Order: sequence, then C-alpha cells, then structure tokens
Amino acid sequence: MAMVREITFAQAINEALDYEMSKDEKVIIMGEDVGRYGGIFGATAGLYEKYGPERVRDTPISEAGFIGAAIGAAATGLLRPVVELMFIDFLGVTFDQIFNQAAKMRYMFGGKAKIPMVLRTTCGAGFAAAAQHSQSLHALFIHVPGLKVIMPSTPYDAKGLLIASIEDDDPVVFIEHKGLYGIKGPVPEEPYSIPLGEADIKKEGKDVTIVATAAMVHKALEAAKKLKEEGISVEVVDPRTLVPLDVDTIVNSIKKTGRLVVVDEGYPRCSFATDIAAIAASKAFEYLKAPVKLVTPPATPIPFSPALEKEWIPSAEKIEKAVKEIL
Amino acid sequence: MPVEEIPKETLLWMYETMVRIRLHEERVAELFAQGKVPGFVHLYSGEEAIAAGVMAHLRKDDFITSTHRGHGHYIAKGGDIKASMAELFGKKTGSCKGKGGSMHIADLDVGELGANGIVGGGIPHAVGAALGIKLNGLESVAVAFFGDGAANQGTFHESLNLASIWKLPVVFVCENNQYQISLPAKEHTNVKDIAERAKAYGIPGVAVDGQDVLAVYEVAKEAIERARRGEGPTLIEVKTYRFRGHFEGDPQVYRSKEEIKWWKENKDPIKIFEKILLEKGIFTKEELEKVWEKARKEIEGAVKFAEESPWPTKEDLTEDVFSTPTKGVLVWQW
Repeated sequence: MAMVREITFAQAINEALDYEMSKDEKVIIMGEDVGRYGGIFGATAGLYEKYGPERVRDTPISEAGFIGAAIGAAATGLLRPVVELMFIDFLGVTFDQIFNQAAKMRYMFGGKAKIPMVLRTTCGAGFAAAAQHSQSLHALFIHVPGLKVIMPSTPYDAKGLLIASIEDDDPVVFIEHKGLYGIKGPVPEEPYSIPLGEADIKKEGKDVTIVATAAMVHKALEAAKKLKEEGISVEVVDPRTLVPLDVDTIVNSIKKTGRLVVVDEGYPRCSFATDIAAIAASKAFEYLKAPVKLVTPPATPIPFSPALEKEWIPSAEKIEKAVKEIL
Repeated sequence: MPVEEIPKETLLWMYETMVRIRLHEERVAELFAQGKVPGFVHLYSGEEAIAAGVMAHLRKDDFITSTHRGHGHYIAKGGDIKASMAELFGKKTGSCKGKGGSMHIADLDVGELGANGIVGGGIPHAVGAALGIKLNGLESVAVAFFGDGAANQGTFHESLNLASIWKLPVVFVCENNQYQISLPAKEHTNVKDIAERAKAYGIPGVAVDGQDVLAVYEVAKEAIERARRGEGPTLIEVKTYRFRGHFEGDPQVYRSKEEIKWWKENKDPIKIFEKILLEKGIFTKEELEKVWEKARKEIEGAVKFAEESPWPTKEDLTEDVFSTPTKGVLVWQW
C-alpha cells in the first residue's frame, strides 16, 4: 500500500477550502484577518493570493454584520459563504444572527429557504488565553434546532467533514480546536467527503466506551494506551458531528462494553457530556453495568495561569481514573 | 416630485398597493379582535406610502428584508395575499405553512427575504444579498426596511459600514414612525434626523416625508438607481406615523388620542395621494373607487381561503428544520 502523505490539521482545512473554492465560484470566505494574513491560525493561508480579495474578504470587526451578511447571501442562493468567527468566545456579539436568524429561517419560512453557509470557528483551552479566548461552547449550538454542528479531531476528518459541510445546504457550525491545528495525520491529496452524521470508532475495545470530542479524543486515546498496559480494553468513539448525531454507533458501543465515560471540554452542565449520558440512560440503561462517568472541566471560567489552567482541562490521568472507578 | 413626471401606470400601482395594504391591515385588525388571527400582530396602517413608493422601483429579482411590521412590504413586493392571510391564521396553505406567522412572513420567490421578529435582525441580510448581487455581476439591488428603534442596534451601524466599504447595491430604509414601542424617538435618539448617521459611514443620507408617496418615490428612485449603477448604498429616513398601536391590543398610554386623530385627519398618505390624483385629473373618483372595490374583493377572497384552509398536522411539526438529509439524528425526539 502506498504511503499516504501526512499534513497538519490546519493544512487539511486549507485544502478543503481551496478545493471548494476552485470547484464552485459561489463559495467565498469572509472574516477577520482571513485574507492577507491567511487567518490567525494559518487556515486560510494562500487563498487570498489565489482567489483574490473579492472571494477572500477581510472584514471589519463586526461579527453580527458580516455573519448576518453571510446568512443573507446564502438565503438568496447567490453565494455559499464560509464565514469565520475567529474565536468561539466572540459568539456573544453575534449570537442573534446564528440562533435566531440562520438556524430558524428554513423552518420559519415553511421550508422555502436554504441557508448554505458554514461558520468556521475555533475553540479550546491550553494556551493561557484566559476566560474569553479559550472556551468550548459547542453545546450552545447543539441546543438550538436548525444548526448542524461539526467538531473534528484529526486532519483526515477535518478535510472530509469541511468539504461535506460546504456542500451541505444547511447552516453548519464547524468548530476547530486550537490545540489540533499543528497535529499531523494521513490525509489523501484528492478531495473526499465524510458524510455528516457518522461517528468514527477511533479505537476498538471491549471493557469501557469513552465518547470524546475534538482534542479530548487524543486525551482519551492516551488514557486508553495506558489502561491497555493494565489489561483494560477501552473503545474510543468520536462522534465527529454533534448534530446530526450518530446515536446508533454510540449506543451499540455502550451495549457492547456496558460502561460509559464521556469526556468533553465544554462546561459540565447542560453539556454535550450530559447529553450523551442522557442518551445512554434512555437508550441503553439495561446494558449499563456501572454508573456513567463524565470527565469535564469544573463550572468555572477558564483561568489564565498555566498552573490553574492545567487543572481545569480534563487530562488523560482524570480519564484513566474515571475508567477505573467504574470497572 | 411632480406627479406628471411619473408614469400613469406607476401612479395607479402605487395607489392600488397602498389601498390593498390599508384594507388588509384593517381587516387583519378585525380578525385579530375576533380571535381568528393568533399571536403578535403589528400593523402598517399609516405607513403605506413607504412600501409603495420604494417598491415602485423594484423588480422581482431585487431583494428586500423586512421587519415585525412587515405585511406592507410583503404585499408591495408582490407577495400573494391569499398565502399570507392563511399564514396569519396559522394554516397549512400559508406562505410559511403556518410555521412563521405575522412576524416571519416571507416569500423568497419574489425576493422577500423575510419579516423579522428581532429588531435590526434583517439589516445585515440585505447587505449579504447585495454582496451576492455584486459578486455575481447582477443589476439587482437589495433594500433593508427597519424602524427608528433598529437604528440604535449594532446591526444597523455594522451594516452601513460594511455596505459602504464594499460599495454594495443596497438601500437602507429607516421607517421612523416616531415611537420605539412606547418610547418617543426624541428620547432614544439625539440627532434630528437618523439620516444624519449616514455621514459617519461615508454614504448619502436623506430624510423624507413618509406620508407623501411622491416624495418617497423620488428619493427611492435616486437611491435605487444609484445602487443599480454600482455607486453604493444610501440611507433613507422616512418620517411616518403608525395609525394603530405598536401591536394589536396596545393600550397606547404613551400618546394622546388627539395626536392620533390629528395624524389620521391631516396626514393619511392615501388621502393625500388621492387628493393629488383627483385635483390633477389623473384619475376620476369612479376609477379610484374601483380600486377599493377590487382590493376589498381580493382581501375577502383571501380571508375565505384562509378560513377554509386546513390546519397543519402533527406530521408537519418536525418537517422543514433542515434541507439536506443526513445519516444520524437531526431532529431529536426522546
């Protein structure tokens, strides 16, 4: 078998954007510093030079304005905007456009509107960026009907899911964990699409199921590796797309192992973690041999000091401990 | 603008449009009082000259965004009254299948991108529509309608700035009806004319009497032609007055009966326009009466259609959330 080349998560995002822009003139990029600068994490590097300032648009710091404009452009059918919210924390200044406008238009208008837009944004702690630049707020998007919510964990998934998201006719929130941009993984050069709504079993196992998202997938795999040395077999399920959710794959894994740990970087309550726990309780209760364990940060804002932040973020050690507690 | 300079068929269309809107709104008020139209209803009576005077310059391939007080915009843009009446009733045959109601009436097929329940929520959508127009090299324009209250929302300021720096074919029409629900405009805005705010964004701004359809027609003409020529956005502030409460059922404690009476007697846009049309001998009284008669029939037909239409069923409840189907669960139900 030929070796598949390895590229970073950021490069995988870039390839997906490049492919979609080359294929469809309606695809444009808008956001703060996405043009000349190439995006503050480098995800849009080179696209401004290749497609020009009309299609790769640097915007003023007016998130409600330009995200609202993306929605209007998508609703007309004239464009398929990929719009960037630099940090998910900035959601507060534009949330109306996302949850009252983009998410609801199709339903409110009786199914007559299509809103083919992607909102790319970044999440994640670990950079001493403190309380307003580190959050993982995916649960807020999951909560609101009408949005598709994607959260990849590998370069391979990032490319395939972003292509699928741009080709989808609904508003998609595509969340990229800042800690993943630099990781490398095998990614085919040719374009490919990963269907939304399919979880991926990142590691098979038989004793415990860990459901984890984004950077937490890697922490879960790290924990699984250590637990293996102690003879504990862990299955790691990465939902990849949070809406739509591949409930079957998650529930089937729980049925197989009888034990569930959910690891998520979102705040603990009304979260993706509690959501998965509720699904386990209602769909697989009779298969559970032990209580469901949730590994999340505490319900505090994210601290600045690396000493505190390290405590805040779920660690492989905490995941290991949670697994052992239910064995 | 001298009435003689406007084509006769345009004058007739504007008159018809204003009459259709007025009769529609007054009928909806009755239907609301009878309990046939549920929910929150904000009526456009008194402001008809704006929708008519602006939309006289728009084509089907132009776009508008509207507000919670959106029936007039919908009608003037070419929306079907039968479908909107059924929508107001909450029926399956409604323009939004009964899922939107008064505050979300939309007809994308005629370029009406939706009424909006959030003040200022739709303004950026018009900017986006205009961006789509520009990047596709079309000659269309987009018009954002919003009220005086919305002119203090961030989306107003962000949208004017975006449209200006990108020189987009969009016209911003601020319908200043002098009250932000109960708060008088002079207490929420400390400039004489909201139109002055255009200066801050480097675009033209003009204030105009919204009870005079010919004046609205004239400023809209210039702004829309300018946008179509690719010369960028304009802010138009139209000074107007709503004859009814903010919403149906509003006790209107914030203004006097005398004030409302004065406006209805002296500043009714239909009466003002009618007087000009008759005095200049453009139409006869009989010709104008026929317009009312025809509009009454149309609206009664729409009411009948709405009353006889079926309700949506529980199967409709979970439809239309998403357009692209996927594997996995999209519309969750426990």
